[in-house]
Amino acid sequence: MTLMVPAVDVADLKDTTLLNMGIFALFVAITMVIVIRASRNNKTAADYYAAGRSFTGPQNGTAIAGDYLSAASFLGITGAIAINGYDGFMYSIGFLVAWLVALLLVAELLRNTGKFTMADVLSFRLKQRPVRIAAAISTLAVCFFYLLAQMAGAGSLISLLLGISDWGGQALVIVVVGALMIMYVLIGGMKGTTWVQIIKAMLLIAGAAVMTFWVLAIYGFNLSDLLGGAVETSGNPNLLNPGLQYGKTETSKVDFLSLGLALVLGTAALPHVLMRFYTVPTAKEARKSVVWSIWLIGIFYLFTLVLGYGAAALVGADTIKAAPGGVNSAAPLLAFHLGGPLLLGFISAVAFATILAVVAGLTITAAASFAHDIYASVIAKGKADADTEVKVARRTVVVIGLLAIAGGIFANGQNVAFLVALAFAVAASANLPTILYSLFWRRFTTQGALWSMYGGLSAAIILIALSPVVSGAKTSMIPGANFAIFPLSNPGIVSIPLAFFLGWLGTMLDKRKEDATKQAEMEVRSLTGVGAEKATNH
Amino acid sequence: MGHDAQETDAAAAVDFKEVQSTEQFQELRRRHRSFVFPLSIAFLLWYFAYVLLADYAVGFMSIKVWGNINVGLILGLLQFVSTFAITGWYVSYSNRKLDPIASEIRQEIEGHEFDKHGNPVGGTAK
Repeated sequence: MTLMVPAVDVADLKDTTLLNMGIFALFVAITMVIVIRASRNNKTAADYYAAGRSFTGPQNGTAIAGDYLSAASFLGITGAIAINGYDGFMYSIGFLVAWLVALLLVAELLRNTGKFTMADVLSFRLKQRPVRIAAAISTLAVCFFYLLAQMAGAGSLISLLLGISDWGGQALVIVVVGALMIMYVLIGGMKGTTWVQIIKAMLLIAGAAVMTFWVLAIYGFNLSDLLGGAVETSGNPNLLNPGLQYGKTETSKVDFLSLGLALVLGTAALPHVLMRFYTVPTAKEARKSVVWSIWLIGIFYLFTLVLGYGAAALVGADTIKAAPGGVNSAAPLLAFHLGGPLLLGFISAVAFATILAVVAGLTITAAASFAHDIYASVIAKGKADADTEVKVARRTVVVIGLLAIAGGIFANGQNVAFLVALAFAVAASANLPTILYSLFWRRFTTQGALWSMYGGLSAAIILIALSPVVSGAKTSMIPGANFAIFPLSNPGIVSIPLAFFLGWLGTMLDKRKEDATKQAEMEVRSLTGVGAEKATNH
Repeated sequence: MGHDAQETDAAAAVDFKEVQSTEQFQELRRRHRSFVFPLSIAFLLWYFAYVLLADYAVGFMSIKVWGNINVGLILGLLQFVSTFAITGWYVSYSNRKLDPIASEIRQEIEGHEFDKHGNPVGGTAK
């Protein structure tokens, strides 16, 4: 079967800049109206942080999918499949399977025991102050790494989608994205942010569905023919086999194992995902949320499989690599090939909306953690009233927003893709062991929690700093220096078992025993939902 | 808001250690753990078996089964199938085995059967 591969002229893309901006402006206008309407009922702290716990499971599940399907996973995975074939697909599987940890072990129990933040759960039956501070530090670290990665990615996306290649123009767009994000979060709080996520997730999944259907239709709905087309265009039969990316060396194989471990165990401990479980009224709705998000995310990754091989077959790896934005341009180029400027404009606007929505979700999580865990519980020693706390949260939003803008401009063009992997590794090492131990292990103590959280956090960061992603290789952040004594780019395989071990060791060596009544209360509450935070009615 | 405060007070007066030691709660705990622990171990083993195969058994994963569709793709798609299946299984198990007993215990607590001051009241607590 021979298929003509029409050349996608990169110059054509720039002509669509105005259209892309127009569609994006429409998205901003519509969501802004919704955010303002949704914000009318924002009165209490529960309204601001947890949307009054008034979302339904399906709504929250869609919002979770919106939070999770970042630009990195849409553009990145499609591109990875287009260039590296099977290995890109393998990458997406880790992101999906991870949700079973959230479903089976975390979501409902957390909804039943917490109030606003991850620290609420971790400090429930341990010593409040030290555990809360540790949990807040790790929350802020994960949010910061993830946020910086998103904002830095925005720069390269702009050059691709809007055809703005000069530094000043890109900086201006980053400022606009940051300012919009601050407005959404300030005005809308969690409720507004959730609606932005829901709308964005629906647009993203619908857009991907249309493109998937289109690609499959070209190949007569025969997956085997599509794969054949991809092999033919690339001229590399290994595109369908594992190993193109991760199988190069023995180190890269272990590296993938390490990455897989961090993805699977990190997802259920990402603070911005955990916080979403508080926006529903009951644990049962939290369960429904995860079920919805598993279906949406799973179906979306099946779409990216078709889109990735579709881009490999119809656009071709050489064209993709040569385009501005490189690997990330696979999905937009495929959209242009299929539906011309209009579909490209739509997909580009969705990609933008994705960055906007994800940074908004991260910002409100970080702000809530600072205001609720550090300000209210530690600085004000529990004496701050809810109004003051929300005021602090709003100010924190502005500060984080400005930091994100500055970080995005500064990191623009830097190779910071490892930051997402680092965020997952920190979540899996610093958060998950303590979450699981405090929910399921009666003996677990404060010392165990602190050793595990600080040990996991510092191990992940130190190992990354000493790895080839920071120094010692051509693709490193600092290519000139070489202090890479740790061979892997992903620290998970060392830092995650270490954090579990430290949690166990710290507990065994702790002479203090925790309050058995509190343990009983946490266990009974987590399984039955007694005394769980209720929805606020307006 | 006043309603909320009342409920919090009710929860604060509960003797959770006593609830924890009831046979009913122990049964809920056993049902929950005996389901989620083995299943979590199983899906993690299955996922890492898949990753290790893709890492170290490239020849096996590259065997074509039907047209251009090889073992690797089939196993990858089976990861999706198993994830969806486990999700459905857990939901149906919770609905049948966990939710009824959990809401029974919740009602008993909220009906003040485990107040700290005094013994369990009412005849339903076994």
